[in-house]
Amino acid sequence: MAADGSLAGAALRRGAPNSLQRFARRRSSIAVLMTTPLLVIIIGLVAYPAVYAIYLSMLNRRMTEFVGTLNYEILLESETFWMVAFQSCFFAITAVLLKAMIGFWLAHMLHDIPDKGQRKWRGMLLVPWVIPPALSTLGWWWMFDPSYSSINWLLAVISVPEVPWLGHHWWARIAIIMVNVWIGAPFFMIMYLAALKSVPEQLYEAAAIDGATGFQRLRYVTLPMMANIISITVLFSLIVTFANYDIVRVLTNGGPRDLTHVFASYAFQVGILSGNIPRGAAVSLFMFPILAICAFFVLRSVVRRNKEQM
Amino acid sequence: MADKDLSRRALLGAGATAFAAGTLSAPAVFAQPTTTLRCGFWDHWVPAGNGAIRELCAEWGQQNRVNVQVDFITSVGNQNLLTIAAQAQSRSGHDLLSFPTWEPAAKADLLEPVDDVMGRLIGKYGPVNDAAEYLGKIRGTWRAIPAVSGTQMKPACVRFDLMEQHAGIDIRAMWPAENRRGPGADSWNWDTFLAAAEKCHAAGVPFGMPMGSFTDAVDTTGAILASFGASMMDARGNVTVRGNAKLKTAVEYLVRLARFLPNDVWAWDDGANNRALISGRSALIFNPPSAWAVAKRDAPQVAEKCWTVPMPAGPEGRFVPYLPYFWGIWSFSRNKGPAKQLLEFLSERASAEKQTNTSNGYDIPPFSSMSDFPVWANEGPPVGTVYNYPLREHHNARASVAQAPAPAEFAVQAYQQALNTKVVARVNQGGETVDQALAWLERELNTIRRGG
Repeated sequence: MAADGSLAGAALRRGAPNSLQRFARRRSSIAVLMTTPLLVIIIGLVAYPAVYAIYLSMLNRRMTEFVGTLNYEILLESETFWMVAFQSCFFAITAVLLKAMIGFWLAHMLHDIPDKGQRKWRGMLLVPWVIPPALSTLGWWWMFDPSYSSINWLLAVISVPEVPWLGHHWWARIAIIMVNVWIGAPFFMIMYLAALKSVPEQLYEAAAIDGATGFQRLRYVTLPMMANIISITVLFSLIVTFANYDIVRVLTNGGPRDLTHVFASYAFQVGILSGNIPRGAAVSLFMFPILAICAFFVLRSVVRRNKEQM
Repeated sequence: MADKDLSRRALLGAGATAFAAGTLSAPAVFAQPTTTLRCGFWDHWVPAGNGAIRELCAEWGQQNRVNVQVDFITSVGNQNLLTIAAQAQSRSGHDLLSFPTWEPAAKADLLEPVDDVMGRLIGKYGPVNDAAEYLGKIRGTWRAIPAVSGTQMKPACVRFDLMEQHAGIDIRAMWPAENRRGPGADSWNWDTFLAAAEKCHAAGVPFGMPMGSFTDAVDTTGAILASFGASMMDARGNVTVRGNAKLKTAVEYLVRLARFLPNDVWAWDDGANNRALISGRSALIFNPPSAWAVAKRDAPQVAEKCWTVPMPAGPEGRFVPYLPYFWGIWSFSRNKGPAKQLLEFLSERASAEKQTNTSNGYDIPPFSSMSDFPVWANEGPPVGTVYNYPLREHHNARASVAQAPAPAEFAVQAYQQALNTKVVARVNQGGETVDQALAWLERELNTIRRGG
């Protein structure tokens, strides 16, 4: 085979190849051909919608005129938008932290159960994550129902006063976070469990010989070995939680007084329900720089850690 | 070889056969519909409601040799809005669609004018109500036809026994199932309502009026504001909050009223008021007869004590919340002619009556001349319970759309963001003063107004 990857010997046997044959025989050409389906998918389903969304956000409400960054400027001057930005951050950060902590704790609990009994517990704990979120959220909504809350009914049994789960903004925020954590914690659990299982047992044995306490084993063996998985899982969950729509939509519809709206639900309200698609697109695009910055720092730390370990 | 077998005689014979076959089958071909009309109608809450539309479309299709394809698109999860948005973006899809309240204005540039159809219908049945005209006639042109199927009003549905027991109001005598007002009907105003709300609240059966961000809440609050002559934006799009005494009076009234509502109304959705009535925990709600219809099935002892009456009147008149659907034809449709004919057929009196009957009186035709369908007088128990559901002459009432008379492109945003209920919530729940809440309202409306 020639240096450029063409099959020179075969070509000599069949006479000089034409330019098309030479092009087809080049490795770089084959590489381009092989990656074309992926490129088409990325361009069609990622790049084009993203560029189109940016284009939409720069139109007027009727989508007949280019208005530049006017929609962004209007949003930055809107009280409601800043409230939505605060809630989105509060919701995503709180929910992801809680999911990470609960998932970490559950993974350790499961890891300590003998393999024989572990499978059924793993299966049961994964149920909230497997049920379609819209369906399970509807179930939660019935439990939080303003007038007929079953949770309140249970609280009344032990003489605890009624809680306005969806009627008061702080309780509504807590309710939304609770449901998100309930759905998402099993994902963290299963990822952390997989990471725990991949930690070599010899490291723990060595730590035990050195007289390490349980906390020291966690601090100096488990956490460093799981760091990359923790980072990637947190990043992934942060993106999904930040863009969450269905829980807010089903539970509170953004109320009371817009105090539980997140970017996605507010974008839908402004864009689709209110017929202002360009401004709705602008709302949703505000998520992008925030998540891009998070992704940059998390992925950079993963790369650095990998380099240190090499 | 085949070319050896094909002689000139055989070729002529085959040609003659093909010609004969085509000619002989021509009548059968012409008997088939040559046009296919693709229609997307709203998927009715009342299960039998779709049946009426399907039958009417089939009947018209048969008469006109048009193949009518009917799809029913649900409004659950705003599926209909998403469908409209997708078809408007792609300039393809159905020939005609059911458009919810604000969509004819939002998609006006993409809708075929239907002035000719509306002209004929108005000539035959009289004018449509003001609210339907405000929503369907954009810049002087009818862009969609006010539909029968799905159109609703939201008057008061009263538990007459509880109202009489706790507030001393005999609502059935006040608004009998006849074309006349009863004794006390003139005093059925918002002051009387507030006093009754206080008494029923004290008795543990508060009025079930939602104050959240869903349509029942926004529509009811909008009608109350209208009856006080209060608007937030004028017809030219100017924000009219500052120094608006009528608006301030109306908001102050709503703040007082909200104190006598259940304390969780800020989180109520469109089903919460229905549940409050059906469970017997509320003496009054504002709703179409669907709540009563569900009670008839699930709690007959409640249903037989329900009576629908017009909204109370305010200083500027009596306004009943109105939430219409429209039938519109896309400008990119290739079958505009047949689509117009079908929609005109669906709006005829006989077709309208069929739709209203099938929906147990839920569907309201846009023409006041059609408010005499017997279905409203005959439905029960108790018989006549929904007699006063459509607007009638003696009600001296008008249909109301929240946020009117603002231009539709601004009104829809204020409507969907429930600004009228939030301004009250900011006082009752947020602890702001009325002036602070109104200042917030003004800022929000200015934000909506900017950017065209």
